[in-house]
Amino acid sequence: MFGILKKWELKHSVVLMRIFIGWHFIYEGIVKLYDPDWTSFGYLVSAQGPFKPMFLSLASESLIGTIDILNMTALIVVGITLILGVYEKLGAFIGIGLLALYYLAHPSFPWLMQVKVEGNYWFINKNLIELVACMIIFQFPTGKYFGLDIFFKKNKNTIKTA
Amino acid sequence: MKWTRRDVLKGLGGLPIVGGIWWAGAANSLLDSKERNEILEQLNIQPSLPSHVPSIGGDPIRVGIIGFGIRGEQLCRALGYATKEWLNNMKEAAEKNPNHSALKDFQNQAKLNVNLVAVCDVFDVRAERVVDSFSTDDIKVVRYRTYQELIKSGNIDAVIIATPDHWHATMAIEALNNRVSAYVEKPMTHTIEETYRLKEATEKSSAHLMIGHQHRQTLSFKTAQDIVEKGTLGHVSMIQTNTNRNDDNGAWNYHIHEKASEQTIDWEQFLGTAPKIPFNKNHFFRWRKWWAYGSGLSGDLLSHDYDRLNCVLNMGIPESISASGGIYTHIDGRNVPDVLQVNMEFPNFSTGSSQKQGKEKGMTFIYSATLGNGFNRPTILMGHDGTMELGNKLTIWPDGRSTKYADMLKVGKMKPSTPIYQYNPGANVPDAISSATSQYFADKGLMWTYINGARVDSTFLHLREWLSVVKNGGKLSCGIKEGFDEAITAHMTGLSYKLGRRIEWDKENKLIKPIEGINFDEVLLSNS
Repeated sequence: MFGILKKWELKHSVVLMRIFIGWHFIYEGIVKLYDPDWTSFGYLVSAQGPFKPMFLSLASESLIGTIDILNMTALIVVGITLILGVYEKLGAFIGIGLLALYYLAHPSFPWLMQVKVEGNYWFINKNLIELVACMIIFQFPTGKYFGLDIFFKKNKNTIKTA
Repeated sequence: MKWTRRDVLKGLGGLPIVGGIWWAGAANSLLDSKERNEILEQLNIQPSLPSHVPSIGGDPIRVGIIGFGIRGEQLCRALGYATKEWLNNMKEAAEKNPNHSALKDFQNQAKLNVNLVAVCDVFDVRAERVVDSFSTDDIKVVRYRTYQELIKSGNIDAVIIATPDHWHATMAIEALNNRVSAYVEKPMTHTIEETYRLKEATEKSSAHLMIGHQHRQTLSFKTAQDIVEKGTLGHVSMIQTNTNRNDDNGAWNYHIHEKASEQTIDWEQFLGTAPKIPFNKNHFFRWRKWWAYGSGLSGDLLSHDYDRLNCVLNMGIPESISASGGIYTHIDGRNVPDVLQVNMEFPNFSTGSSQKQGKEKGMTFIYSATLGNGFNRPTILMGHDGTMELGNKLTIWPDGRSTKYADMLKVGKMKPSTPIYQYNPGANVPDAISSATSQYFADKGLMWTYINGARVDSTFLHLREWLSVVKNGGKLSCGIKEGFDEAITAHMTGLSYKLGRRIEWDKENKLIKPIEGINFDEVLLSNS
């Protein structure tokens, strides 16, 4: 038992975290992609906090279609890159951006009413925690241990040694 | 280019995960959307879009306002005229709180082709405020001392009447007789006799009468009409609608202006046909509390709730009304009740039936009000097949024992606890089986209506419709027929409360069934 634990290194945990976060993102993206009625309109117009005006303006009739497509695409891109372990720094970076926007649209500030949240939060919520996890993935890429980057790495090595 | 089997497994390990999740997401989403579409197809509800109103072209319509109190000021804002004081206050409020959008909403409101040119108010301060705030270099607002002078001035095409109830009909009739179109606040009249007289005057006049039930513009109510017509709810046997207020303003204890005096208020003109009493500021500013000028809960608030439902169901005047209540929360010298329970019977009304013919017919409409508790009791329409909550948004739940949805309930495609339809005019898609987003959104209770992305208030839409008909002709959504139904129902309620007995409507002869020895209008006006 401890033998296995000894072999289990930080990189393995990060790989697991990377895949789980990717899993979360891609599922959110796919569900939206295949639901013709899905729109971020409600989420945007009910935004709270200091950036409310910005989110409200994104919900305007001329922008909402583009915003929906961008959101869906970004979710799927993050999901694919993190699960496949390729361009994962880019994926983690986009993920950080998305999560920051989600947090700012509905921040867990104690003076704002928390609507449709499944727990109790004081400033820090799960979006922010996932954001920090994406920062770790950005700083600690693991695609070369588990992911398509293995082939790129080998390619590079091949070229170098050739 | 040497890859071990281990490398390939670790390199490509993510691919089946992506494939699996993709498949699961697509399958779940498509299944949800298929079930939702199945229900939506069965319901076949058409969410209403804002109705097209022909534009108000040509010369601006010249409008006069009679009564610039709380409501009069709101109506002027809906016309595009805000006082300097209000603009300053809202500017300050927006500076303090960026979410305070009243000023922005006002500025974004579409401009109507009107000129406010005349005012009549028996309180100098209010009349002067209109003249000061709304006069421009080109158009000076003229103050008239009496409503007759204003209407007969020849300077106005249309008049807004926002006075106490006991003046509504007299002024509206005067306007219509002089071919001036009138927008009169609710209740349309103060007595039964006036109701018939105003009906006759409207039918004879070429001018247009609109009653101020702005709810008729609310998109959700128009959608609710479609829902009921399609038999979505089955036979509706009960409606419950309520007023819940628990503050001084809600109990009509309005602010008494510091400059109010016998010198600044034309008391005789205010009283009109009301009993002659010495000057009384309390009566002047808080007139809704006395039968002599107002009609309490039945005229002020039941009238709105009744008309909302009459707009959806078109059920007309109830065959009988029983009302009871009392002065239980504000014992301050008022004589109108502050707690009221009204049962209206419609024994021959039906919204259609999904059961065997002849099993269902008839409906009770309950209006229940208190000015001593603010808990929000929603308006509920209760049918054999479903229940609808009616507000700015609509929610429909299937009934667990519905005949119409029995098959879907049996296989679990519908659940009594889960809404089968939600509609919010602020959202851009109707949503069957609330998705997380729409539920979230609905819970927020966004109260406005969006038209081309702008937030619009229903009073503006109501006035616009009236002005468009004044200019172009056409049908009003709240004209004399609707006003007649509303006024008679309010008066029957007042009578039932005051007499402590059931009041009946004679549908064929279109009159309240007489009770020997009782003069209904005397009862309505009596201060007891």
